[in-house]
Parts: sequence; C-alpha cells; structure tokens
Amino acid sequence: MVKQIQRFHREPIINVIIGFKMTNLKDVIIIGGGPGGYVSAIRASQLGLKVTLIENKELGGICLNWGCIPTKSLLKVSEFKNNLDKFKEFGFDISGEITFDIEKIVKRSRDASKKLSSGVKFLLKKNKVEVIKGFASISCIAEFIEININKDNGNNEKLETKNLVIATGAIPKSLPRIENESDRIWTAKEAMIPKKLPKSLTIIGSGAIGIEFASFYNDMGSKVTVIEAEKNIMPNEDEEISELAKSIFTKKGINFFNNAHLQTIDLTKNNAISKFKIDNKIHEIVSENVLVAIGVKGNISNLGIEKFNIKTENGHIVTNNKMETNIKNIYAIGDVTSPPWLAHKASHEGVIVAEIIAGYQENHELKKEVIPGCTYSNPQIASIGLTEKQAKQKDIKLKIGKFPFLANGKSITTGDTEGIVKTIFNKETGEFIGAHLIGSDVTELINSLSVAKSLETTEIELMKTVFAHPTLSESLHESVLSAYDKAIHI
Amino acid sequence: MVAQIKMPALSPTMKAGKLSKWLIKKSSKVVSGDVIAEIETDKATMEIEAVDDGVLYEIFVEEGTDNVAVGSTLALIKEDSDTEDQLNSLFEKNNDNNLFEMDKEKIPEINSKTDKAIHDINFNEKNMNLKENITKDERIKISPLAKRIALKNNVNFSSLSGTGPHGRIVKKDIEDFIISNKNITSIDSYHKSSSDTSYKDVIHSPMRKTIAERLVKSASEAPHFFLSVDCDISEINKIRENVNKGDTKVSVNDFIIKASALALKKFPKANCSWNNDFIRYYNSYDISVAVAVEDGLITPIVKNVSIKGIEEISSEVKLLASKAKKGELSPEEYSGGNFTVSNLGMYGIKNFNAIINPPQSMILAVGKAEPRAIVSKNEITISNLMTVTLSCDHRAVDGALGAQWLNKFKDFIENPSLMLL
Repeated sequence: MVKQIQRFHREPIINVIIGFKMTNLKDVIIIGGGPGGYVSAIRASQLGLKVTLIENKELGGICLNWGCIPTKSLLKVSEFKNNLDKFKEFGFDISGEITFDIEKIVKRSRDASKKLSSGVKFLLKKNKVEVIKGFASISCIAEFIEININKDNGNNEKLETKNLVIATGAIPKSLPRIENESDRIWTAKEAMIPKKLPKSLTIIGSGAIGIEFASFYNDMGSKVTVIEAEKNIMPNEDEEISELAKSIFTKKGINFFNNAHLQTIDLTKNNAISKFKIDNKIHEIVSENVLVAIGVKGNISNLGIEKFNIKTENGHIVTNNKMETNIKNIYAIGDVTSPPWLAHKASHEGVIVAEIIAGYQENHELKKEVIPGCTYSNPQIASIGLTEKQAKQKDIKLKIGKFPFLANGKSITTGDTEGIVKTIFNKETGEFIGAHLIGSDVTELINSLSVAKSLETTEIELMKTVFAHPTLSESLHESVLSAYDKAIHI
Repeated sequence: MVAQIKMPALSPTMKAGKLSKWLIKKSSKVVSGDVIAEIETDKATMEIEAVDDGVLYEIFVEEGTDNVAVGSTLALIKEDSDTEDQLNSLFEKNNDNNLFEMDKEKIPEINSKTDKAIHDINFNEKNMNLKENITKDERIKISPLAKRIALKNNVNFSSLSGTGPHGRIVKKDIEDFIISNKNITSIDSYHKSSSDTSYKDVIHSPMRKTIAERLVKSASEAPHFFLSVDCDISEINKIRENVNKGDTKVSVNDFIIKASALALKKFPKANCSWNNDFIRYYNSYDISVAVAVEDGLITPIVKNVSIKGIEEISSEVKLLASKAKKGELSPEEYSGGNFTVSNLGMYGIKNFNAIINPPQSMILAVGKAEPRAIVSKNEITISNLMTVTLSCDHRAVDGALGAQWLNKFKDFIENPSLMLL
C-alpha cells in the first residue's frame, strides 16, 4: 500500500485515473502563520513546492498582531508626545492643555496590525499558498506525515505532507508561584490594549518587551517601576549600554530595581502589590497594574510533539543548523526553537527551510552573531554581534570605539543628542565583532552594520566607506575611527 | 558550428603555456589536420592541428604570449554555415578575460634546458608566494576578514573552496582550514576538539587535492599490471657493511634507485610516458622517490641517477627527504621524474602494489628485506630477500618489457658490481 502511494505520487496522471486521494499529498505543511511561517510558505511556493499553511488565529502571528507592529505604533505615539513636550524648543507656542485619548491611540495601533495582516493574506494568495484556519497537530508519521486539523466549524480534516515545518511561535512565560488571575496583571498583549492609562505600572523583567512598555507608559505619564532579577537592565545588551540606558531612563522618571527577585503579587481592590527581595530584604511596590515580561516559552502543546518524541529543551524544539528536528522531514523555525526570539530570525529561518526542502545545496547556516537585536524605546537600543564582555570571555584582544551623538551634526539639528555608538573589533584580525548603540533611530542605523558584519568586513572597509553628511550614520564611521584612534570629531 | 581553438593541457598538471607561433594567418583557410599554431612549455613544443575545415576567423592570443591559461580560447575557426551572431557571442565572451596573467617570477622554473620532461607544476602550498593569490584576472571571492586571517596565517586561499554565497571564501573556511591542518598531526586531538565526536570533516589541503587528482587519474586511466620478483640483497649488504664502517652511510634504497635508473638505461623503451597521440621516450634517468610527509606524500627527484654514484645518490635522497618533511622543496625538486620508487619496507610491509605516478609509466613498490628460507639445488638455504613489485602502464609498457626490465633490475641488485660497469 505504502509503495503504491509513493509510485502514484510520482506519476500523477495514473494517480488521477485510479482516483487515489493521495493526489492531495503536500510537499510542505507549515503550522503557524507568523513571520516565520508565512515567509516560509511564500518562499516554498516560489520554489514550486505545493504548500499549505495552517494558522489557528490571525495571519502574521504575534509579531504582526500582538508584538513588533502594534507596539511600534504605540511607541510612535509616545515619541510624538515627547516631541510635543519640546514644542517651545522648536519655536512653537501652543496654548492650552494637550490631551490624548488612549482609546484612539490603541485603535491606531490595532489598525496598523489589521492592515498588515490583510497584506499577509494577500501575499499568500498571490503566491498560491493554501491557507487553512484551524488547529493543527501531527496525527501520524509513516512514509509521509499526517496532520490533523481541528477547524473552527468543528470539522476535522487530515492532510498528508512530505515535509512539515513547525512555526508555532511562543507565548509569554508566566511567573512561577504567582497564579493570580486578574486583569491587573498583564502580559504584553493586555499592555497593548489598555482601556485607560494606568496611574502606575510595575514591570517585571527588563528585556526588550519590558523596556519598550516602560518607555511607552512612562512617556505617556504613568509612574513606571521596573524590577529586574539580573545585575543590569537589558541583560542581553552590552553592559555599558545597559548602564547608559538605565541612567537615561531614570532621568526620564522610570524607577529601576536590579538584583530584585519577585516574591508575590498581592491584589487589593484598586492595586497590585509586588513584593520582591534584594539581598534578603523585602521591598514592595504598589501599582495599578503589573506587566509580566520575563521571556517566552515555545508553543509546543497539543501539537503531537510529545507523542512523536520530537526533542525539546526548556519548552522549545531542538533543531540543528539546518532547522531539522530529530524526526526526519520535520523542521522547526522561529520562536518555537532556540533564541534569539526575534521575528527577523524566524523569517530568515523560514526562507532557509523552504530552500532546504526544495533541495538547494548551498550553505544555509544562519549565524547568530549576524542577527541584530532592537529595542524601540525612547531612546532606542540596537546591537549586533558580541558584547564587550562576551568578547573578553573569548580571550579576544579588542579595539573598542565609541562616539557620542552629542558630537554628531545631524543629532544637534534634531535635538536628539542622547546616546552613543560603540563598535568592537578584534585587534589581531580586524574582525568587526559587535556594535552596540543607544540613541534616536539607532534601530535604523544598525542595519548598515548588519551588512558589514554579514560581508565580513574589517575596520578598513568601514573606515574607507563614505558616509553621507549630515547623517546620524556618520556616528558609525566615527565610532570605527575612534577604535583606531582616528576619530575626527572627538 | 564555430570551432574554438583552445590552449591544450600538455600534461595533467599544466596550468599555462606559451603560444609561440601562429602558422596560419587570420582570415586564411584551414583544412582539418592543418597545423595552425605552436605551443611551448618549458620542456616541449607542440603543434595544434585544426579539427574542422573553415577560415581562421579571429585570433585572440598573439604570437609569443606567455602564460596563457589552459582552456583559454586562442582563436575561432568559422565554418561557412556560421552566422555572424554566433561568432559575435563567442567573440564577446572571449574578448574580456582570457589570460592567466601570472607574473613570470611566480611560475616555478622547472629545470635545465637539456631536460625534455613535460612541464609539470605541482602546487606545494608552502612554496607558493601568497601574492600569487591575487592574480589580475582570476578574482578570488573572499571576504576581507577571511583574507586578512589567511594572510596572517600564511594560508594559500587560492585553492580553497568557499562556503559563502557563490562560493565566497568566508572566515569559517579559513579557520576550518587552519584547524584541519593543525589537527592532522594528532588524530586524537581532533576527535577531542570536535563537539560531535562521531566524525570530523577536514577540508582538503592543496596537497591532498593534488594527490587525489593525480592518483584518481592514474588509477582510472592507466591500465595497471603488476610484476613481482624476490631479490637477494646479500651482496648489497656486504658492500654496505664495508661502506658504513666509515662516515658515509648508504641504504639498500640508494642501491634500488641506482639499479632502477640503470635498468631503464638498459631498456629505454620502458623509460616513457603515455600521451593521447604518442608515447614520449625519455633520455633522462630521473628517479622520483616517494617521501611520506605530514598530510600526504611528495616525490622529490634524484636527477641523472645513471651517472651518479651510490654515495652521491644517498646524500641527495637524505637532503631531499628532509626538505620534503619541512615543506621546503622547490618545485624543480619534485616536478618531472621518469620513474618512481616507493619503499614501505621500513614499515614491515612484505609486498604491495603501487599506483603509477603520472605521467610516468612504471613505479616500483619495495617491501621489507628479511631472511627467508629458499630451496635451491634441493637444499634449503637462508637468503636475505626483498620482494619488489613493478606496476606498469600497459598502454606504454607491455608485460614482456616490464618483465625484462624487472629481471635486469634484479640482476643489478643481486650483483651490485654490475652497476659499476
């Protein structure tokens, strides 16, 4: 039977005549329509593969609906408000009180998501990707992989595929030992759609998500407190940048507690009381809301992962550098796999996995050190490659350059003079090891350094590059020059 | 069809040659079989014949141009039916980057002018000037970082294949190459250093590539046959006993090298190499000696063995072997050779079959010398015997010739005084 199926698949004409249902065999099924899954589906289809995408919720996934996109819309609002606060500096005279309507602000961000989600739907259609709405799980692994789909209307459908890509993403981790179900305790999703601006907000965790919301709510007028278990805020960033960020945000009114370990969150009628320990001393912060932003865990439940022994580690699927799981022809990409949990990493893996399935022979390895990370707070933080500390731990002899935006012409004209560009090179080989930026629009500046890193440039090519004047990007140039004591403007 | 006349490879390892002369002028008629040009290498001049009838439509490489890369188009022959479009497309393609412009000094000088052996460049990574990586026309795709690390570590990247986009050599390729070269010295160390202990991929060194290319060619193209004979080395040992009492130390192998050259001299038909259209017979008696080195082997050459004494051969072999192990051989010391001796006796090997070292026609595989019981005149006696196996390229050397050669060799070994004559 199995052999017959295989043969008939190879000869579709005979297949149709005999009427085997296996005509419906897919080349690829992708579970999850986020930035990993939908990009992979489009690429797979472009490569001539027969591809079906199964999404349980909205196309575009967390990133587009409940992550990157709507938060950027919110942060644009807080940036706007920041600029309004500086109207006199810019020569305006506005009389009367400036007010805002949080409902409209939220709606604007939701509209951005909707627009992009329908854009994804259009792109999938244009690329002839079959999209099925429903919850998919693996029901059988034999010659091919059988996927069961629980559709919204209660019906079940079974599909067979040669290859499966799991791109189910991740959900926010909840706090252990704290099980209070309350609308006072938020995840990022609730923080994106506040009904009213909280007077005070406590944020547990100071990663990118925690800091972005801290920045937004602080700028909008909430009293924000951030509790971080590690020694530095934004523990993944370069220590120098973390410290600078902390001092800038503190100046702006955010209250930080480092080395702080949350114990309990007690709820009163109007408030949540967060109790945390620093050096065995209990502190407490009372706030209207608490946002828990302590990381994510992979969406691996009810997929058939345990049933078919797909290897996981700490709640994420284990893959090799070809995105392969331990089961043949089953791949996993994006947040459901190992960090960094970033949309652009997922999309890149989506393209790579489609090309691997299509039989592309080239080297597909995605090097983690070329994946930039961005935090869209005000000021922004962006980085690529190793931090100074990580590089030193590898015993690399370093050349480090720093350039403050205060000395950059364009920054002076826009009034955004906070922040620095820090670049790190291997003293012996000139390898561009990493860059760490904080300041206005640095999430745009980082990409030219991503190109440099990806092309394996050394300091020489960067020094020889002509940067346009006046631009913020000149600070990249000056930072590289300063690493070799050749900076002009400091 | 437009016929392209290309620079031929006159030996398997020839990279470039000189276009010495055009014998037919542009726009002249050619008939299949006409000699249209002469190609010169350091050792030989060859004629290029037209394989089609037509008109010599265009000449891309002028007379007297040196270092023309093998495979470059030299000229186009137009047939009557050819359209201008066909010609134009070929014309454009050939007009830009045709030459392999290595500076003269970078081409290893091969030998003296008396030698008629084929120009044969073995690439030895350590002997290659790093500047050679940057030839004008052959752009090597390599990242700036990879290049810097390569230059810093004296890695000749021109022969590496890259894993980046479009084969671009990236940092990892150079690092892998450096690591693989380091790890070759100790199998244990690279098993330990690997994160997946079940295997370790070692990128081919230039030497490995050369060995693979040449031996695959030889094993697949040359029909090998093997002849074995036992040689009694008692007489040689007697001479060695006397000689080695003094400061000079000579080995059995030195006698084998000498005997090989003299046997070739006795049977000049065996001193040859097979080429597609002819067999080349050598007048030289240059014996290649296989020397095991780190990550491979190399065959330095003792030249003009027939006129050298054992002592001279011995000291030359010692010098060449030590240079080989240090990677200090110059190309002329390992390029060419008429015959190869491979001796695994020191590893206790009784006998083995060797693969011919192309373009040569014979190789002698030498086993361990040991006392063995032999029956002669109905009596069992003990003799000091060594089994040697001759591999012959049947295209150029037939069984009878091989057997005659081998008997002559045995004669010299067993009666070393004959070598004095």
